[in-house]
Amino acid sequence: MSGVTVSAKVNGDAVQYVCPPNESLMDVLRNRLNLTGVKEGCGTGDCGACSVTLDDRLVCSCLVLGAEAEGRSIGTVEGISQDGELHPLQTAFIDHAALQCGICTPGFLVAAKSLLGRNPNPSEEEIRYALAGNLCRCTGYDKIVRAVQSAAKVMRKQKKS
Amino acid sequence: MPYETDYTNQKFSVIGNRVNRPDGVDKVTGRARYGADASAAGQLVGKILRSPHAHALIKKIDTSKAEKLPGVKAIVTGDDFPDFTGGNRSLMDTLENCMARGRALYDGHAVAAVAAVDAQTANEALKLIKVTYKKLPHVTDVDEAMKPSAPVVHDWIRTAGIEPAPTTASNISQRNEFGHGDIDVGFAEADVIIEKTFKTEQTHQGYIEPHACLATLGPDGSGELWVTTQGHFTFRNMCASLLGLDVAKLKVTSSEIGGGFGGKTHVWMEPVALQLARKSNRPVKLVMTREEVFKATGPTSSTSVDVKIGAKKNGRITAASAELRYQSGAFPGMWGMLGAMTSFACYDLKHVKSVGYDVLCNRPKVAAYRAPSAPMAAFGVESVIDLLAAELKMDPVEFRIKNAAKKGTRASYGPIYGPIGIGPTLEAVKNHPHMKKRLGKNQGRGVACGFWFNFGGQTCTDLNIGIDGSVNLTVGTVDVGGSRASLALIAAEELGVDYDQVRVTIGDTSSLGHNDTTEGSRGTFSSGMATIFAARNAIDVMKQRAADTWGIPVEQVVWEEGVARAKGRQNSNLPPLSLKEIAAKSPRTGGPIAGHNEVVADGAGVSFASHICDVEVDPETGSTRVIRYTVVQDAGKAIHPDYVEGQFQGGAAQGIGWALNEEYIYGEDGTLQNAGFLDYRIPVCSDLPFIDTEILEIPNPNHPYGVRGVGETSIVPPLAAIGNAVSNAVGVRMTHVPMSPPRILKAIEDAQ
Repeated sequence: MSGVTVSAKVNGDAVQYVCPPNESLMDVLRNRLNLTGVKEGCGTGDCGACSVTLDDRLVCSCLVLGAEAEGRSIGTVEGISQDGELHPLQTAFIDHAALQCGICTPGFLVAAKSLLGRNPNPSEEEIRYALAGNLCRCTGYDKIVRAVQSAAKVMRKQKKS
Repeated sequence: MPYETDYTNQKFSVIGNRVNRPDGVDKVTGRARYGADASAAGQLVGKILRSPHAHALIKKIDTSKAEKLPGVKAIVTGDDFPDFTGGNRSLMDTLENCMARGRALYDGHAVAAVAAVDAQTANEALKLIKVTYKKLPHVTDVDEAMKPSAPVVHDWIRTAGIEPAPTTASNISQRNEFGHGDIDVGFAEADVIIEKTFKTEQTHQGYIEPHACLATLGPDGSGELWVTTQGHFTFRNMCASLLGLDVAKLKVTSSEIGGGFGGKTHVWMEPVALQLARKSNRPVKLVMTREEVFKATGPTSSTSVDVKIGAKKNGRITAASAELRYQSGAFPGMWGMLGAMTSFACYDLKHVKSVGYDVLCNRPKVAAYRAPSAPMAAFGVESVIDLLAAELKMDPVEFRIKNAAKKGTRASYGPIYGPIGIGPTLEAVKNHPHMKKRLGKNQGRGVACGFWFNFGGQTCTDLNIGIDGSVNLTVGTVDVGGSRASLALIAAEELGVDYDQVRVTIGDTSSLGHNDTTEGSRGTFSSGMATIFAARNAIDVMKQRAADTWGIPVEQVVWEEGVARAKGRQNSNLPPLSLKEIAAKSPRTGGPIAGHNEVVADGAGVSFASHICDVEVDPETGSTRVIRYTVVQDAGKAIHPDYVEGQFQGGAAQGIGWALNEEYIYGEDGTLQNAGFLDYRIPVCSDLPFIDTEILEIPNPNHPYGVRGVGETSIVPPLAAIGNAVSNAVGVRMTHVPMSPPRILKAIEDAQ
């Protein structure tokens, strides 16, 4: 199978890669671009560990083909921290002990950042439904929801000031 | 307080602080490396071909076409695994589970494996391997498997624990009995007796990270394995035994682990990856798909349990008995035994008997799942306890308090308890605001208790003090839920330094002596104990250095709050020497400063929890929502309260999934029908409420800080707590877990 040449942006940087037409974006990110912060939990779009943004839309990268990213902009967990500073969500996840094993954390951070971009002041229920596509088996979600609530508050304050 | 011990109210300086975990930044930035995140130059991709049948003779495996496919570098089948087990049946079971030897024993059993240049080629090669099967009769239900007419999974199994020893094969691998007194006498004294049968379905640990490894093994018999595991030392020993290698020549490194819950305590495909690496002489990366994780790793038992308890009108239990039948998959296990041991551990009983059976079926080999076997036994026992309380018109919490085990009680499984937390957790439940909240329409409340033994085990730890006074602690237990933070707190506490001064590393198998698998809630308990002793050894070295510097006998030196002080009036002119000062001078005072400890960490304190759960059941659909949940558990001493709460919440959430939804569904043909997250469906964020926690601290007298393991007990009460809550909400006793909507509707219909 001959490869497809793709030009895209990943976390703001221009990248080029060649991949077979049936290779998932998740495999491209992990195996060709070494962005192993994108995790594979199921490969069928059920766990959200491979969550990335594609032109600001939240997707499971295991359900997107690498070839589909041509000309588009991809955001992964590796791009959340900017200028050497942790994002308020990343700080909140550490402060609130919102991770135990941490394998689901990259997906949760990408999904939560996407949520807060759309809705800066979500209710508990809105957070729970927005993150329902991300599975966590360690925490029972309690501290994750609290971390997102806390980060949202910090981000609203930052926006005001 | 009735549960005070010598260790109560120990004063700590850093223990108990909610510090940030040292691996936090790596884990929120995507830098942390898990099982599938390592690569090696020239690595191949390994894939496994699995049986589509529940039980079949493997008549022939033709790999010739696959071998000819360009890019295929190695293929292995059962024939490529010579028998190095020396007649050890349990080792052979492990080997046979990793790769079938002439017979496929369950849907998903490995029959061949391929290493190829890329995943596409490896998958293509799997399709080219032709396996000729002859289907055999199968059995997947535990009660069916016990019948004399059932297809026999292994013709060499004779039921152990029965006199006289049987001479014919059976699916019952062993019978175990525990208890004391005379239950006939006890039941004769009872005013009320309740007897009921319960079933629970098979569930999976459901860790989000699939099994993954990167294996290298050269023709010289030296190799390396990078793997997601709860026990890299155990994996090393096991792989070496199965493949005929020297233990010292195989270096196993545990990656960050993306959840285990007991499921990563056993080797599954790691010996296969190593054998592919040996045959191809190339590194082989093997990552399971989610379907493989469900079909071919180690879920927990499905069970069938009879419970009978009798009590007097005054609310005192007179006798209790149980028969517990636990499915162990295609190989013998010890799960019925653990169920029998744990079933009545919460109560003070004069006459008690529990009998456990381990039963083989054509399902994957069962492995540990968080307090393995205890939740199913507790489901039956705690349901009957509620029924008895109702019959006696007693409050179910008061009834439990009246019969709770305490210090000095002989446990139903043998030992006499020291200070324990069952009574205090129940008192805390009784006084909890949750119990006073009024329930609405279609809502019900349930309470249940749970017990787990906890484990200590072999532990080996190094503590090295750097030239700048920073501390490197190397442990051999795996960090499954934040233990690096807890262990750094412990080292900081002992040494009298800041938490941030300590860095904890998980050592590979070449850098430390043997450490048992991180199971039995032992990570913080046992490595914490070894850390304390290692730190005290390092303190001894530092005291000696200070004594030498001062020219006084070491007996005149004490270690307080991170500094060496010279005792006595004659030494009053000697200013204290801090750890940093001693470390800075170390090259000239005798070289590096280190403390080491190897220990069998005996005395893991038993752990108890009591949970409260409110549910709302939709009577039209049978769908149940947990609307409030509270966990009360004894931690002994909470080293890092955030991660103790995390264990409480995580265990409760897994229990909620098990109670309401999760189950392995097998078809008539013995194949698994729901081997994926979509159809198996673990709880998602929108399914759950916040999970309240209350940490009790009843110190374990066998640990210097009073620590008890906290990881497992939290999954024990939920099946029963939710069972009791649902039963109270719908007015019908639920006896089959999971209480999925169809089961609840049927129970309501049957009752009408």
